[in-house]
Amino acid sequence: MADGQLDAIARACRVQIIRMLTHAGSGHPGGSLSVIDLLVTIVFGRLRHDPRRPDWADRDRIVLSKGHAVPALYTVMARAGYFPESQLVTLRQLGSPLQGHPDRVALPGIEAATGSLGQGLSISLGMALGLKLARSPARVYCILGDGEIQEGQVWEAAMAGPKLGQPDHPLDNLTVIVDYNRIQLDDFVAKILDLEPLLAKWQAFGWPVQEIDGHDVAQIGKALDQAEAARGTPALIVAHTVKGKGVSFMENNPEWHGKSPKPAEAIAAIGEILGVSEAAWPDYLRTDATTRALVDELGALDPK
Amino acid sequence: MPAKASRAAFGEALVELGARDDRIVTLDADLSKSTMTARFARTYPGRGFNLGIAESNMIGVGAGLALAGKIPFVCSFACFVVGRFETIRISVAYTGANVKIVGTHAGIAIGEDGYSQMGLEDIACLRALPNVPIIQPADELETRQAVAYAVEHQGPLYLRLTRQSLEPVCPADSRFRLGRWLTLRPGNDVALIASGGTVFNALEAATRLQSEGVSAEVINAASIKPLDEDTLVRAATRTRRVVTVEDHSIFGGLGGAVAETLAEVAPTPLKRLGVTGFGESGDPKGLYAKHGLDPAGIAASVKKFLNR
Repeated sequence: MADGQLDAIARACRVQIIRMLTHAGSGHPGGSLSVIDLLVTIVFGRLRHDPRRPDWADRDRIVLSKGHAVPALYTVMARAGYFPESQLVTLRQLGSPLQGHPDRVALPGIEAATGSLGQGLSISLGMALGLKLARSPARVYCILGDGEIQEGQVWEAAMAGPKLGQPDHPLDNLTVIVDYNRIQLDDFVAKILDLEPLLAKWQAFGWPVQEIDGHDVAQIGKALDQAEAARGTPALIVAHTVKGKGVSFMENNPEWHGKSPKPAEAIAAIGEILGVSEAAWPDYLRTDATTRALVDELGALDPK
Repeated sequence: MPAKASRAAFGEALVELGARDDRIVTLDADLSKSTMTARFARTYPGRGFNLGIAESNMIGVGAGLALAGKIPFVCSFACFVVGRFETIRISVAYTGANVKIVGTHAGIAIGEDGYSQMGLEDIACLRALPNVPIIQPADELETRQAVAYAVEHQGPLYLRLTRQSLEPVCPADSRFRLGRWLTLRPGNDVALIASGGTVFNALEAATRLQSEGVSAEVINAASIKPLDEDTLVRAATRTRRVVTVEDHSIFGGLGGAVAETLAEVAPTPLKRLGVTGFGESGDPKGLYAKHGLDPAGIAASVKKFLNR
């Protein structure tokens, strides 16, 4: 898929992230918006999967270890056909398979229950090893949060990754990506517990490391290619991202780690994501029925 | 059958089962010589994984292997593996991953190494997880059957094993079944419900009590979760006195499970025997005597409980 198409999908997914979080009245916009370009590039750029057969043994797997960003994954899954897009607005509601954090049992296509931070890399190592033992061509993509890396289990897994399965079954079917948006719940990561020097740490544990702009789909695609080409070892990509990317008042603001927008804020955010200026907004809504309906839908929500 | 530690019987059973089912793999955290999976790893190269002293990662890797179709036995001392409760809670239980968690060196019976190495709260922790059965076999025969069951069981499961040798207690024709207990000795005055390493001591205590005019029934509760409500209620209703005997904290273990069920279904006077504080170093026999889990101690507690 061309880079321009991926950007367009990512834009549409950003709109849906804002929409579903506004309906839910809670959730994590900042990390969902920082990770969406990575997810879109993986899912629509290269993932070997079949939404009609989520249990296909040789499917590629995505483990979103930073489980609080699951709205981003839900938008991508809906677009890929795992469930109807209309279901997105049931996020966090009683009885919905779209749980606040990923639930593998509730929603086919979710590969691991995450959200209790620090556990996804270990699960990914096990999956990658199991697939190697089964001689499956499938690949595992694991996405870590930056704050999440403060968890000790991540470093147990980091130490094991390049060694596990050697020499016959090295985990070169595993790509790990750090969504380095530099903000965690309480404050900036550097203020809470700085990760630096992050690349040197992973390199010291034996990982080949690349550093990219996590919003540039061309760079993401190239880095994923290079990680896939690595033989004999899993590979790590540090993706520099902007928390809240695409919505000016959310960008780089720790306030928006875990708070949902109010309807008026959501409508303003959608205008920004679509790249429409305030002046042009009324005209835009007259010509774009889909966005008009969405704005009406959000405007009708209880402003709380 | 001579006496054998349930960890040893587990290691042997796993080698036999591994020949028939190549989905079985073992994971260890630098204790494979103690958990007795080392022979499996030697017998089946490439199927035994040592993750180093990193139990949380071991459990998570086990979950991932299970999600890719393997049947991983994730093994360490009971305290170390269950101590990584949050990883078990999410990566294994909530995920519904087909991981077999094996905790060896259960209880004060490990002796000299002392409290930090003793699994004494593992049952209490895992009882709280909705979908993790807990099995504690009492001898070699039952261990072999329990390991075979663990392979067949779809979903997570916890197997609690001993360091010390266990005398045979189950009849040769007995068969382990999840949710079923085994009445090893009939009695009328009190029902002794024991599990794992304390079953033999409960039987010995029953023999002593018999000579003193007390008829004690002895039940082997290998299936701690789910427990066998029918057998429990029938025994409690008939004997009107229940005593649980376990090498585990009395808080939240077998005694706790029995108390909860009896209180709801068939209120019956109950005495829980087990460990009431932290463990400590010492010779296993001496520790069992100190904590009242040897035959003499069990018999004395039963007599006191019955006011005889």
